[in-house]
Amino acid sequence: MKFATQSLRSLLVLMVVFFSFGEVFAQENEGDASEFDPKELINGHVWDSHEFHIADWDGHPITLALPVILWTDNGLTVFSSARFEHDNSASVVVEENGNKFVRYNEHIFYADKFDKEKFDNTSTMGRPFLYEDRPLDFSITKTVFSMFLTLTLQLLIFIPAAKHYKKNKKAPRGLAGFLEPLILFVRNDIAIPNIGVKKYQKYMPFLLSVFFFIWINNLIGLIPFFPFSGNVTGNIAFTMVMALIVFIVTIFSGNKHYWGHILAPDVPKPLWILMIPIEIVGMFTKPFALMVRLFANITAGHIIILSLFGLIFIFESAFISPVSIVFVLFMSVLELLVAALQAYVFTLLAALFIGQAVEEAHE
Amino acid sequence: MNIVAPESLIFWTTLVFLILLFLLSKFAWKPILGAVRGREASINDALEAAERAKLEMQNLKADNERLLQEARAEREAMIKEARAIKEKLIADAKNEASLEADKMISQAQEAIENEKKAAMAELKKQVADLSLEIAEKMVKSELSDPAKQMSLVDEMLGETTLN
Repeated sequence: MKFATQSLRSLLVLMVVFFSFGEVFAQENEGDASEFDPKELINGHVWDSHEFHIADWDGHPITLALPVILWTDNGLTVFSSARFEHDNSASVVVEENGNKFVRYNEHIFYADKFDKEKFDNTSTMGRPFLYEDRPLDFSITKTVFSMFLTLTLQLLIFIPAAKHYKKNKKAPRGLAGFLEPLILFVRNDIAIPNIGVKKYQKYMPFLLSVFFFIWINNLIGLIPFFPFSGNVTGNIAFTMVMALIVFIVTIFSGNKHYWGHILAPDVPKPLWILMIPIEIVGMFTKPFALMVRLFANITAGHIIILSLFGLIFIFESAFISPVSIVFVLFMSVLELLVAALQAYVFTLLAALFIGQAVEEAHE
Repeated sequence: MNIVAPESLIFWTTLVFLILLFLLSKFAWKPILGAVRGREASINDALEAAERAKLEMQNLKADNERLLQEARAEREAMIKEARAIKEKLIADAKNEASLEADKMISQAQEAIENEKKAAMAELKKQVADLSLEIAEKMVKSELSDPAKQMSLVDEMLGETTLN
């Protein structure tokens, strides 16, 4: 039941995401600037950008300019994203390190190679991959900035907590007292039941890092003001990397039994034609599911909350705001739960996959 | 899907996660998990020690109980024995006393009997002496007269039946 609703929800969100954003950019330039566009609001918060938008004041956006780091034909090129002057329509040209750059829809292109027509005719999915027209972009985007924030926060939380144990040999207090149940939860309810009491210790640092990294990133995405609000876990590139790391750890943990199960399944040999491809595809579908699940759940929550806020502006009435606020409050509390739940599910499944890889043959 | 540049996020996510994994493993997870494991071990040890102490306590208590029981039984036995001895002593004393008394009584009776016999013998002797004396005196006085002597002979002869 739980999984049914979850997958249904994921599916719905994916549909919303894919269907809506095909049109977003087509409308963007035609729309009247004074008219409220809920899609723009949602995109602005859910998707990535080169600046960190903090607030609007008197019609001007206040942003934190983040560094643009490009790997161009002339080598590494670094400049501030402020030099684009908030432009996203390829009208401001930035010259740096012998190259000219323009920015269109948050994608940075070589000014001479950029072809608006070509971009608009490319599918939404294909747009980030127009590598022949643009340099490799390793910019510290809003998402990367948020990730650094998570890194800092995590180090600031856990290293002092660890120091606490050196001085205090008794029951943990303070921060350590708060964190220890969470750490024990990962150990006793995720690692040991799935990997087994003999082998879990090797994977504890990995599982703990995954759990807290995802959870804190989820929470940061729910805090609606600077320097938080970066939507890291709702970014499919992020979830892809996390899933890939889990995949790599699983593959490298795989023992003889695991590989035997995939490459020489315990079925009559003629069935191998069927079973081996299925098992090999299964190796990839597992991390793929991890990637999509986390991305879809977190993106869904953000879109729902932003849509509910958007109601106020769509109806152009302050009287709708109590309704919006009640729903947003409800959704925010739900998202707090989802933030922990998705971190838990991701870690649990990672532990499960690792557990399958290190499982010994049944006697 | 407006991903700014997938390569950026892929690169930075990998880097950040690896840094995080390295730093936290070294400076957070290892000490925390080590401390937790150490504490759990010490708690288990303490619990086991408590269990052992409890068991020992129980043993001790059982020992004490047994000792007490033994002491009580011993006391009981001693009291019983003492009572038996006392009773035996009393009984013996009584027996001896009664035997002694019997013996004394019988000795007394014997003495009395002997005395009585002696007295009787004395008495008989005295009576005989007295009778003889009387008879002598009477014979003397009687036989001073020849007539009388003759009559006496006669009388005595008469009394004596000669068959």
